[in-house]
Amino acid sequence: MSFSIKKQGEIVVVDVEGQLIVGNRQELKQKVLDELERGEKKFLIDFAQTGYIDSSGLGVLVSLSKKIREQGGELRLANLNDDLRTLFELTKLDTLFQISDTRDRALSSF
Amino acid sequence: MAAFPTSSVGLRVSLHVEIPSDVAYIERVVDLVRHPCAELQFNPHHLALNVPVALSEALSNAILRGNQESATKTVRITADVDVTRLVVEIADQGARFDLDSKTRDATSVENLEREDGRGLFLMRKLMDNVQRFDAPGGGVEGNVIRLTLSRR
Repeated sequence: MSFSIKKQGEIVVVDVEGQLIVGNRQELKQKVLDELERGEKKFLIDFAQTGYIDSSGLGVLVSLSKKIREQGGELRLANLNDDLRTLFELTKLDTLFQISDTRDRALSSF
Repeated sequence: MAAFPTSSVGLRVSLHVEIPSDVAYIERVVDLVRHPCAELQFNPHHLALNVPVALSEALSNAILRGNQESATKTVRITADVDVTRLVVEIADQGARFDLDSKTRDATSVENLEREDGRGLFLMRKLMDNVQRFDAPGGGVEGNVIRLTLSRR
């Protein structure tokens, strides 16, 4: 499991490879907060290569969403497979996040 | 129920695993339990979502809340899988708790933007049945969480 971060124009794109769970959520949080502290405002987290997400992983996404909004920024999510989408629907987090089917759609939604 | 090879009828897999109170072991245990479920052709959504997420929640609760990550405490996992169902028991050595009163509706307006509090909620949404028992042995500590999921 790992996270890779790259810039596409003004947007910070984070790829989550493997699981987003209690054992690695802090690493994701810190990486995004570091970028936010550097002044970045637009964030996209791409789940195309993600296995499963537990409640701690969901909690980190909620927390990051709040912190980014507080700084006047935006967080978008992309490429949730059917199972991850079910997870967001069960927790109603699909109502809290702007979720796109593809990375391109997410990038053009900012 | 999906079709399965005749050689699977009557097949039952039992696992016994013991881990230190460290969340780094969670992914490994999930893989160990998921493997026989995949062999017995459980529903792909159960393999990708229900089993790994519910089991991760039960394990992280046992490690973080039950055992408080104590180096002197362990978590024991038993799993029984056959062509009808998966039953997993996760036993910690921590303070006992009431499952119902600790389960929060994670979808309510007041809880939706909370960072924590989705674990038990998800476990109960993703499994057919979730039960808590006092750990055997007559002591005053220890919980056993039993997760049951039908193969369908």
